[in-house]
Amino acid sequence: MDDDRPIFLQIAEQIEGQIIDGSMPEETQVPSINALAAFHRINPATALKGVNRLVDTGVLYKRRGIGMFVAEGARAALVAQRRDSFRSEYVRPLVAEANRLAIGGEALVDMIRQEAAK
Amino acid sequence: MTAVIATSGLTKRFGRTNAVSDATFEVAEHSICGLLGRNGAGKSTLMNLISGQEFASSGEVAVFGENPVENAPVLARTCFIKESQAYPEGFKGKHALRAASWIFPHWDHELAAELVDEFSVPMDRLIKKMSRGQRSAVGVVIGIAARADLTIFDEPYAGLDAVARQLFYDRLLQDYSQHPRTILMSTHLIDEVADLLDHVVVIDNGRLIMNESADELRGTATTLAGKHSEVQRFAEGRDVLAWDALGGLATVTIVGLTDDERREALEAGLEASPVSLQQLIIGRTRGNQREENAS
Repeated sequence: MDDDRPIFLQIAEQIEGQIIDGSMPEETQVPSINALAAFHRINPATALKGVNRLVDTGVLYKRRGIGMFVAEGARAALVAQRRDSFRSEYVRPLVAEANRLAIGGEALVDMIRQEAAK
Repeated sequence: MTAVIATSGLTKRFGRTNAVSDATFEVAEHSICGLLGRNGAGKSTLMNLISGQEFASSGEVAVFGENPVENAPVLARTCFIKESQAYPEGFKGKHALRAASWIFPHWDHELAAELVDEFSVPMDRLIKKMSRGQRSAVGVVIGIAARADLTIFDEPYAGLDAVARQLFYDRLLQDYSQHPRTILMSTHLIDEVADLLDHVVVIDNGRLIMNESADELRGTATTLAGKHSEVQRFAEGRDVLAWDALGGLATVTIVGLTDDERREALEAGLEASPVSLQQLIIGRTRGNQREENAS
């Protein structure tokens, strides 16, 4: 995996990302633990920990003997959750950098408007 | 959690040096544990003690709950692969594999044949005439195909090229997923195996200096870079692994930065970058040496 946060978190976030961008729609089956472990070249226990995290938060659910599936309503819940952290993770660092470069609030808002209109 | 290996105060003295000194740790069943440390740190001695090839000077070691020394039932469940493995005179590749197939109760012939093919082990060549890489390949094939409940690899990759090492990690992980077992592996190539490990034991000058789950170690250290005064402010009163300054710039590697503090550092204009397991261990083992030199 690429950065050095706990791998199980990265696995969980990656599955969340795929649910949010629609490549893993609700009610589809998630790859098996062994497939995740082999693909990412990680310990299966770590892959299991990442998947279990999503089971605990209700994003995935288990069908006994078949595997893990994306729960109904998972996408909406994840989007809401990411929106909550959007401000602290993206907006605040953006404003801090703008301040360093002496880009005023109005100019920053204009720039964002232009980007959003593209 | 069931411990497959459990040591307590384990010590091995050679003359006046302590090769292993008061080592206490456990390896849980079905985990992949990395035993890491510098040359001469005591990794091989520790593995020899665990596999019953050395007597402890003091302290205890239990494997599957029993003392492994001259304990046939325990040793039958243990497979120890080491670089310096000696084979009987006149042994060819095929003899080593045949002998292993008799010794290990879970030996898988089909898997062994596949691995021999993938690693291009010359079955009809005398082992003493093999290259280092080919001899390592013999060990690796035996280590995986034996499916022993406890598999110990002491730097199994000597002479293997990058492609063969990747093949080894992939095949080990694949077979471990289907047939879980307990694996203890010593290596210098920490970054290559970091993602496979779920537990990490680091030994330095015979002493354990780390004994933690790999997930907990990841992300424990952060490198901050930026303006000297800001970097200094963040470093103050913390566990500092490394410190470097150049003019008005400085970088510091510190342990235990919370998410909030990290955000604060970013807002103060510092750059934060993660520290790999390898860098973390280098920082720790170097630090210990510094202390010794100072005293």
